[in-house]
Amino acid sequence: MSVDTALRPHAEDAFAHELKALAAADDRPRPARWNLSPWAVATYLLGGELPDGTVVTPKYVGPRRIVEVVVSTLATDRALLLLGVPGTAKTWVSEHLAAAVSGDSTLLVQGTAGTPEEAVRYGWNYARLLTGGPSREALVPSPVMRAMAEGRIARVEELTRIPADVQDGLITILSEKTLPIPELGTETQAVRGFNVIATANDRDRGVNELSSALRRRFNTVVLPLPATVEEEVDIVSRRVRQLGRSLELPAAPEGADEIRRVVTVFRELRGGVTADGRTKVKSPSGTLSTAEAISVVTNGLALAAHFGDGVLRAGDIAAGILGAVVRDPAADRVVWQEYLETVVREREGWKDFYRACREVAP
Amino acid sequence: MTAAEGVALLGVRHHGPGSARAVRAALDRLEPRIVLVEGPPEADAVLGLAADPGMRPPVALLAHVVDEPSRAGFWPFAEFSPEWAAIRWAAGHGVAVRFIDLPAAHSLLLRDERDAPRGPQVRREGEGEGEEGDGAEEEAGAADARIDPLAVLARTAGHDDPERWWEDAVEHRGRDGEGEADPLAAFGALAEAMGVLRETYGDGGHRGDAVREAHMRLRIREARRAHERVAVVCGAWHVPALARTGGVTADRALLKGLPKAKVEVTWVPWTHRRLSRAGGYGAGIDSPGWYRHLFTSPDRPVARWMTKVAGLLREEDLPVSSAHVIEAVRLADTLAGLRGRPLPGLGETTDAVRAVMCDGSDVPLALIRDRLVVGDVLGEVPEGAPAVPLARDLAREQRRLRMKPEAPEREMDLDLRKDTDAARSRLLHRLRMLGIGWGRPGRSRTATTGTFRESWRLRWEPELAVAVAEAGVWGTTVESAAGARAEDAAVHARALAEVTGLAEQCLLAGLPDALPTVMRVLADRAALDPDVAHLAQALPALVRSLRYGDVRGTDAGALREVAEGLAERVCVGLPPACAGLDADGAAEMRGHVAQVQQALVLLGDDALRDRWAGVLRKLAVRDRGIPGLLRGSAARLLLDDARLEPGEVARLMGLALSHGTPPQEAAAWVEGFLAGGGMLLVHDERLLALVDGWLSAVPAAAFDDVLPLLRRTFGGFDAGARRTVGELVRRGPGGGGAGGAAGEGLPGFAPRLDEERAEAALSTVRLLLGPGGADGGGDA
Repeated sequence: MSVDTALRPHAEDAFAHELKALAAADDRPRPARWNLSPWAVATYLLGGELPDGTVVTPKYVGPRRIVEVVVSTLATDRALLLLGVPGTAKTWVSEHLAAAVSGDSTLLVQGTAGTPEEAVRYGWNYARLLTGGPSREALVPSPVMRAMAEGRIARVEELTRIPADVQDGLITILSEKTLPIPELGTETQAVRGFNVIATANDRDRGVNELSSALRRRFNTVVLPLPATVEEEVDIVSRRVRQLGRSLELPAAPEGADEIRRVVTVFRELRGGVTADGRTKVKSPSGTLSTAEAISVVTNGLALAAHFGDGVLRAGDIAAGILGAVVRDPAADRVVWQEYLETVVREREGWKDFYRACREVAP
Repeated sequence: MTAAEGVALLGVRHHGPGSARAVRAALDRLEPRIVLVEGPPEADAVLGLAADPGMRPPVALLAHVVDEPSRAGFWPFAEFSPEWAAIRWAAGHGVAVRFIDLPAAHSLLLRDERDAPRGPQVRREGEGEGEEGDGAEEEAGAADARIDPLAVLARTAGHDDPERWWEDAVEHRGRDGEGEADPLAAFGALAEAMGVLRETYGDGGHRGDAVREAHMRLRIREARRAHERVAVVCGAWHVPALARTGGVTADRALLKGLPKAKVEVTWVPWTHRRLSRAGGYGAGIDSPGWYRHLFTSPDRPVARWMTKVAGLLREEDLPVSSAHVIEAVRLADTLAGLRGRPLPGLGETTDAVRAVMCDGSDVPLALIRDRLVVGDVLGEVPEGAPAVPLARDLAREQRRLRMKPEAPEREMDLDLRKDTDAARSRLLHRLRMLGIGWGRPGRSRTATTGTFRESWRLRWEPELAVAVAEAGVWGTTVESAAGARAEDAAVHARALAEVTGLAEQCLLAGLPDALPTVMRVLADRAALDPDVAHLAQALPALVRSLRYGDVRGTDAGALREVAEGLAERVCVGLPPACAGLDADGAAEMRGHVAQVQQALVLLGDDALRDRWAGVLRKLAVRDRGIPGLLRGSAARLLLDDARLEPGEVARLMGLALSHGTPPQEAAAWVEGFLAGGGMLLVHDERLLALVDGWLSAVPAAAFDDVLPLLRRTFGGFDAGARRTVGELVRRGPGGGGAGGAAGEGLPGFAPRLDEERAEAALSTVRLLLGPGGADGGGDA
């Protein structure tokens, strides 16, 4: 499918011109079968301007250090595990990494509770298997197996959702770099350039915790939440605008203050300290990710549009915030009340918000 | 780089392993007859101790004005300090060493004139390389005018991080320096760069440098006259100025008429923590432990470092294998390559450790930072080092307050309203803070322990001298040392109550400077402590301190703020914390509730008391989940405060004691309500009427069930109270003896007033009540 008609083109297609310009400008040594040098991969992710004037857009907005560790990990042929709460661009980073390193981000295994072993190793074309017996032709390789054969990067999404026995199928692949096929008495050996990028949700660790044997094969990088209020407000308002358009909500430019307020509350509770850094507060049990802030604001916009005067006000977001913060009815409620009484009440210009929150308080 | 013939100027950074290595190599090459080091010349007298086997860095030279120990300066030396390397090299080769900086006799006073700093200053790495950055300048905000030569050089080289640039360009190069042809080349290049900088920026806003450099120039000239080859180890920034020859007369003129004080110098043990920025007295280096590792490890520093890290993590029961170490080293190397650095630095190793060994988590990294990157190294100073100024300050205080250190134990009563006694009390409290147990607080002989009296037992043991010497690391005067110690203890305290105790001690010891830190820690702890019991425990001590603060005239505004915050949090957290407690938990919580009540009465904030009453009401009225003991107790506290109508109390009591309530629950309610003994029923007829009214209303069928509960509660009363209550009840409600038999008044009282005996008491009562209210007192 071409770039124009696809609903969502692959990274290597959408940014093909950037990759091409980078490859042309890149004179540093490249690891075997890498399309770019590690330095160029880092530049691709972080953005910059090339000598020939091509502007590389930043794909990842965050600490440079993280991108450098991520790229170096792939260069040392260690598998990479990206951890983070939902909405921290794990999948996004892994897709672009695969696109930049191997020019192909499609070798993907989506991890679910039902992911079978075939998705990691290989399956069989049963029609052929029955007619011709086990043979190379009857074998259906998994994306991981294909990546091994071609020396490319395979991606595993939501690794911790995959059942433990299937996860452990990766151990041989990652340590021996080979995949035995006992039925044929052969094996597929990984070609240089092969590697695995896995993503997992921080809060999901308990679902199917990685065995220590598997964990040892990975370098782990935690993708952080946005570092500054400005960054996060920017992300939230941009995303809210997009969502608002698709939900056909009226645009609410006056809502910017409320967005800042939601982001501030989320950041303060998440970080356990007020924005001015002077008072510590307890953190609730929920993640309070940027994604949740977006949904609180969108929800508030819908309230304002359908039941209010179209302007986003404190009252429209209070209930949403309460719902996002108080996940555990006992402990989180105390956390929220303490926050209200010790931080919000005293804050200049937050009177309306305080009152709105008191109104919906349980 | 060679100023005059035969003088080699080795410009360094004060704490840098590469510089230290390079200095060693350069000295080996130069073989000078004398080594001159930037430092106070008064310390020449104790320089011999540096070669003593009992001397183990990190140590610091401490210079202080004799009459005023708080005017002091520290010159810390670590194993990897180039100056230390030079001193040790000289000692090993039998070559003379001299300090050539401006004498501390002048510099300590000069600093004070400029900025009037508080407490001792530390030579630190500062923003300015080679800058004798006395902290005072930075505190005073004078830094604005100063340029940071290192940052300028780094910017010129296209780096944004000066620290990293210096490491790449100088410190890491030093590692291969031994193999290089000319160990002096690096110094030459650096001197040249500094020369250009100083041409552009002049003294770069480093005030006082002109005087110091003049002094150093003169000393170098002197040394050159006496010795054939001279090596000078100084901050790189000074090199161009020291290279200038001539202008002797101008230099002499600059040094004329400087203020001068009598100064003493000694060595004190130092720690890595105090070298790092984290400590208050930091010498401005981020990673002393890492530097020491770089300096001491014979080869493969990164691999050795990773092995150390793995060892530490294993000690903490984190599974780290050799494979992890190998991968971490590989990743660090790759990262350094990607970042274009010659060798992995601390940043690369830390990133690698995080990704490979710590599962991406920062928690173990904090441990690594604390134990390895900063490190727990404590220096040692030989026995022969002169006494620390703290001991002298203590002796002076003892003289001033006429408190002789004596071996036999004696008691001392202090009246805090008198200035001398208050000062004595402060001194003793400060010493206790420093772990110098000269005085122990004793029971006051005057039984009425008002807040203005204190009683101490004093006993001076010989070991205390050792304790004083040890406490010397905290500061040069008893006050500053105790303050520093208090701040440190607050930061490292485990429990909230510990910090509250510290706050109290700070007030007792008169350490207002330490209070802000303690308060900040306290507020942080209180905010994060999920246990209401801890908060409630912390509150009384705080409120007590507030009251002390009034007596001692200390400013306690910050304290009040924290106490009120604490009370707020207790108010919010109490109801959920009371739910579902067992009998023991309820009993404990009742104690906390009572304490908070008392504390709030003392605090005297009406809004807070209203809030608190609301919380108690919530407890008293809600009947699901809250133990009866607490509900009864809350009702009682409200009633005492006249915040609950007697009718409402009667209703609550009726509810709590009705047949539908399980017997244990009802018993607990009564216990909570009648806590503190039965005398209350004797004196408060309203209460008695309530209990009596309820008891009479209990239906006959239920009475048998209730009886054992009441027996339990009333059994706790002392015999007298029990009997009196009984008699009162027999007499029936209404009191006043109306229905009673003739000749019977209130139990325990005669039927009629004994005029004669009342007369005797009357005058005292009148005195107590004052002239106005005395008349009414007679017939009470």
